[in-house]
Amino acid sequence: MRKDALRDRVAVVGVGCCQFGENWDRSPSDMIVDAAYEAYADAGIEDPQAQIDAVFTGSVYSNKGPHECSDALKLWKPVTMVSNYCATGTDAFRCGVMSIAAGVYDTVLVVGYDKPKDRGVSGPTVMMDSVRDLPKTPAGWFSFAAAQYFDQYGAGREDLARIAVKNHHNGTLAPNSFLKREISMDDALNARMISWPFGLYDCAAQTDGAAVAIITRADLAKSFRDDAVLVKGVTVQAGPNPQKDPSNDFLSWKPTVWAAKDVYEQAGISNPRAEIDVAQVHDCFTLTELLTYEDLGFCKKGEGKEHSAAGNFQLTGDLPVNTDGGLKSFGHPTGATGVRMIYENTLQLQGRAGARQVKDAKLALSHNIGGHPTACGIAILGRD
Amino acid sequence: MAGIQSYGAYVPPTRLPLSVIGGGKPKDGGPERSVAWNDEDAVTMGVAAALNCLRGFDRGRIDALLFASTTYPFAEKQGAALIARALDLRRDIETVDFAGSLRAGTAALRAATEKVQAGAAKNVLVIVSDARLAAPLSPLEKNLGDAAAAFWVGDQNVIAEMGASYTVADELLDLWRTAQDRFVHTWEERFVVQEGYTPCITEAVQGLCDRANLDPAAFQRVALYGPDARSHATAVRKLRLVPSAVQEPFFGRLGNTGASFAPLLLIAALEQAKPGENILLANYGDGADATVLRTTENIEKLDARRGLSWHLERRRPVASYDQYLRARSLTASEWDAGENPGLSATIHFRERDEDLSFRGQRCGKCSAVQFPMQRVCETCFAKDDFESIRLSDLRGKIVTFTFDYFFPTPQPPTIVTITEIEGARVHLQLVNCTAESTRIDLPVEFVFRKIHEVGGRPNYYWKASPIE
Repeated sequence: MRKDALRDRVAVVGVGCCQFGENWDRSPSDMIVDAAYEAYADAGIEDPQAQIDAVFTGSVYSNKGPHECSDALKLWKPVTMVSNYCATGTDAFRCGVMSIAAGVYDTVLVVGYDKPKDRGVSGPTVMMDSVRDLPKTPAGWFSFAAAQYFDQYGAGREDLARIAVKNHHNGTLAPNSFLKREISMDDALNARMISWPFGLYDCAAQTDGAAVAIITRADLAKSFRDDAVLVKGVTVQAGPNPQKDPSNDFLSWKPTVWAAKDVYEQAGISNPRAEIDVAQVHDCFTLTELLTYEDLGFCKKGEGKEHSAAGNFQLTGDLPVNTDGGLKSFGHPTGATGVRMIYENTLQLQGRAGARQVKDAKLALSHNIGGHPTACGIAILGRD
Repeated sequence: MAGIQSYGAYVPPTRLPLSVIGGGKPKDGGPERSVAWNDEDAVTMGVAAALNCLRGFDRGRIDALLFASTTYPFAEKQGAALIARALDLRRDIETVDFAGSLRAGTAALRAATEKVQAGAAKNVLVIVSDARLAAPLSPLEKNLGDAAAAFWVGDQNVIAEMGASYTVADELLDLWRTAQDRFVHTWEERFVVQEGYTPCITEAVQGLCDRANLDPAAFQRVALYGPDARSHATAVRKLRLVPSAVQEPFFGRLGNTGASFAPLLLIAALEQAKPGENILLANYGDGADATVLRTTENIEKLDARRGLSWHLERRRPVASYDQYLRARSLTASEWDAGENPGLSATIHFRERDEDLSFRGQRCGKCSAVQFPMQRVCETCFAKDDFESIRLSDLRGKIVTFTFDYFFPTPQPPTIVTITEIEGARVHLQLVNCTAESTRIDLPVEFVFRKIHEVGGRPNYYWKASPIE
């Protein structure tokens, strides 16, 4: 396995992101078209039929397959659909990057989207297709880390609430976010319980959305725009089902730990806290973000709450996390989320993130974790 | 000598205080009845009673299972075969359902005895279980209760020999439920007692006494069915039974538990009986039957087990009538569980060992225990080198937990755990426990429960329960 196979070989030259939300009046095609045409314009692409070689798309809820994307854009190209739980968007991006690094295509369109709000339920569906693993809701399984983590490190619901307050604040600064409302610690702590210790505000919203990235060979990037950002590394990592894994301590999520090791080697990062300037991490639940600070090596295991309380991960901190408000504010259209994070990181690296801009960001990380959780995807972008 | 070798009971801990019916407040010390909760039914209660009966015995010796109930959820599809799977019994056994009458349980007990006497089977497990539903706010709702009883019938070390019996068949429209009815119907109470219960039970007990040449006063213990407290007391008087010999019928505590009622009273009698006693078991339903049992010296050797007294102490009153209505699906819901096609029969078929028998596996190479079954070892990656092991009678401890307010249940939250059993980690709901008492390392045992009813069918699985 060549750790440097992807580094600096591929550039992001255009990004697009539709308005995330309960898009009752928008079909998946509408959202795909919004995001893709924004990305075309961003990359200066005027003739996508001629300039796009292939499409990698990711969706978890779609039952129409890759055609949903190619039909929306009328791109009769090699189209591949990727599904990898909450890492779906990041994995679609990774497949596109690998296809370019392999020399197969020059320019690839990456489309992440999902439309969960056509199902008629406000949260995730309680799945009843099996008699085991019940209740099968993400809140029910991500919360399993809480009892052990709280017990081990003396953390509590306040440490979770602080993250919700931060992300709600950041969300007010992102034009495409769903929730644009500040909340207080009391709002978070007094909300109705979903799955202990997760109250309503500890959970990401369910929304519809689509996000697009256009990637090309690094040596062709200048023909699209001058400030293209480079892919430093991208990985996905499978892990054992933490519910069954006999060695799981419920203090960290193995897929993140393992994926971080791989992607840091790819990107040549030895001190992530010092080297990474901005990060978008998977805050499907507040506790997931707390564990992820530690699993990504931003701080020592068990110390995430102190760093969070000190404000280190706020927009004004030394390593701002979820600058656009994260899944908390955007909601989580599963396939879209990873690409939405790449959109945000690209804007941050190009100095185009407006009121939420992190000063002089050079290296940006995006992270997803999903399944039980059993899959993690991480992408690192940078500018030289 | 054919008779009972072991017994076990199960009464759901949930009690419905009669004061809450219709919306009142629970009254301490007032009359109440037992209630099968939303994850319990005749099958799960029957399995629980059977496990209590089998405790300390080798279940591999059972060669027939007779299941008696008027409330088994399927009209077509056997209950005994399902229960045999949950109990992880041998495959080469005979399974039979007894149904249709409150005498189903005593009929099964007689059939088991005759099987053993005839040499057709050595060891027969008899399970009697009922969870009958009365219309909300009807008089019957206050009177009924839910419970199960189980007996091991054989001819080795019997604790009570099954003696003579006398049976009366009768036709009367007193209690009935058609295939389309959810609730038990009953004709006017005085008619039922005067023309049904009293004459039939008298005829059966008198017939038994004549046949066995016994005086009714000679019974040291009496397990007598009664539709209600008053007619039960009247029958005791009319039959000239010794009042102090008659088992308390538990009206106002458990209620009339249907087919399992007289068998439960028999268990109460066996729990207290000394060797050499005559016990009368008399039951009613479309006629009546009466049997005399005679206890042996072995009754003092049987290990303590969960009979009726253990369950009488273990009670948890329902806080409101509404919770009861929701637990028994007596409230309307927007989406009917039957509108979902439910669990695939083929998946159910492939997962029977795990879901019903709660079997996991032990790796032949590294000895790690895992659940569910898999082809490649989770720990050492050896392929197809496993020994199947039963987890249901092992104990476990809680690794971590959450309280889920999203999962549909009459009393949120649902306590959900990762439980460790011999090193295997299993995702299980926790019952018989409060959020306050849930903790890391809590020791648990396992109970067979209904997990949901998608497809309009009961789907069963195991849950954890604190060791009591």
